[in-house]
Amino acid sequence: MSVSDTHRAIDAVWRIESARLIAGLARIVRDVGVAEDLAHDALVAALEQWPESGVPDNPGAWLMATAKHRAIDVLRRKERLERKHEELGRQLEARHEMAVPDLDAAIDDHVGDDLLRLVFISCHPVLSTEARVALTLRLLGGLTTEEIARAFLVPEPTVAQRIVRAKRTLSEARVPFEVPRGEELAARLSSVLEVIYLVFNEGYSATAGDDWMRPALCEDALRLGRILAELVPKEPEVHGLVALMEIQASRSAARIGPSGEPIRLFDQNRALWDQLLIHRGLAALERAEKLSGALGPYALQAAIAACHARALTPEETDWARIAALYDALAELAPSPVVELNRAVAVAMAFGPAAGLELVDTLMSEPSLEGYHLLPTVRGDLLARLGRFGEARAEFERAAALTRNSRERELLLERARACAGGPPLSDAQ
Amino acid sequence: MRFIVLLKADKNTEAGVLPDEKLLTEMGKYNEELVKAGVLLAAEGLQPSSKGARVRFSGKKRTVIDGPFIETKELIAGFWMIQVKSKEEAIEWVKRCPNPLEGEAEIEIRQVFEAADFGEAFTPELREAEESMGRQMAANAKRQS
Repeated sequence: MSVSDTHRAIDAVWRIESARLIAGLARIVRDVGVAEDLAHDALVAALEQWPESGVPDNPGAWLMATAKHRAIDVLRRKERLERKHEELGRQLEARHEMAVPDLDAAIDDHVGDDLLRLVFISCHPVLSTEARVALTLRLLGGLTTEEIARAFLVPEPTVAQRIVRAKRTLSEARVPFEVPRGEELAARLSSVLEVIYLVFNEGYSATAGDDWMRPALCEDALRLGRILAELVPKEPEVHGLVALMEIQASRSAARIGPSGEPIRLFDQNRALWDQLLIHRGLAALERAEKLSGALGPYALQAAIAACHARALTPEETDWARIAALYDALAELAPSPVVELNRAVAVAMAFGPAAGLELVDTLMSEPSLEGYHLLPTVRGDLLARLGRFGEARAEFERAAALTRNSRERELLLERARACAGGPPLSDAQ
Repeated sequence: MRFIVLLKADKNTEAGVLPDEKLLTEMGKYNEELVKAGVLLAAEGLQPSSKGARVRFSGKKRTVIDGPFIETKELIAGFWMIQVKSKEEAIEWVKRCPNPLEGEAEIEIRQVFEAADFGEAFTPELREAEESMGRQMAANAKRQS
């Protein structure tokens, strides 16, 4: 094996082992930053030694053993320091001496619990959203600072700064390395889900010319979601989020055209949808449904995505069910965008007049001001009702609002078609 | 990226001998580890080739050949589909698999094409063909339901 082969093998081992390694160490040293440094030291030792000695049979155990030795050094140093600084020397000494022989047991037990603690601390509310994302990808996803920077289109020093500051914040706030319990659990879990979905959407919004690291974020998010689903298998929303991501990812080959233009759901070639991911998404949704009577926001969105996934053609879509799911979503997580989607579903299920009635209630919504999809949808419904003059004005308004030049062309085309009477091709 | 991980057959798998309980347990643990790591997409074991068939193509002619097939080493006894970051990561995971057969065994790792890999070859004409295939499938499904 050449040196570069060995380095690639070490990268792979790191990808597999780093989260568990950092999680195990963090429990002992009670500081995520120190734990990551220790794990990193072990990685550097591997990079120095493995090209000579070859990759050991159990590389994860090797890394752990190496990091553990350093952890013991750190604890001893800390102990000496504490002895010097504090008068309560004897008590502490007794505690630390007990701690060292227990190290093996401490690391080997409860790997899952450690990982879960690491998940929660990386997404802790004392951190900014950006910091949570960076820390999660770095500590749990095993991504390098450079990879994160490339994926999020920011300079590498910015990401490095974010991570350093995040670790300092956690340390200064003395955030305990533990799994939240009781009422706190739900809020903290939703922060974790939010971070994972944010990573997924960042990857999903990547376009053709982008660095491949961007779309790869979808896979990173899916992997994190799947890991979390096994760590907290009784939490329905985790399965809901996984289902949502699996089904959305199933469309990735169909949603971008040959010249990089986005293709709308109804125009996508459904033969390109990934049936394996759809199958996995539906299975995850079923797990969520079995765990709870009332679906949460992620599971509801997954259920809506599932309605589309089950339809072999756009015409087979179960719009009445989608409208009902949007009703439930609007109750749980009310937002004007959800309302607009609900209006579209209602129009598809019960006719354009019913949809228009809902859209009209959104016209004075300040947060939708400047949102091009509102006039687009309204224009579409008006055209279907034969009110072409009003429809044309809406399409023109939408065209002025969109930032996407291709979309602007399409909207202006529709406006022109309205001027000339009934449109030829866009009856949905 | 995705890899399909192929377990090659041997005398025993071809004879339909099932793994013993110890191996089943170990294999179960291994698969669980893959699931917990978020990398396993699918995994299946295959019945012996005596229960399978081959369709041989020669120009426009098709000939059906029933199993079993003799070249045991080229047959597949099972597969995993995993999603990982690199070929090296796939290799690292496969090295952790318990020896799936008694004695000698071989597992082959192959990368799966993604839509993006087709690039220019995926021309509008091909796309068109695939679309009509999609319509056909949908129409068939409608007839069946």
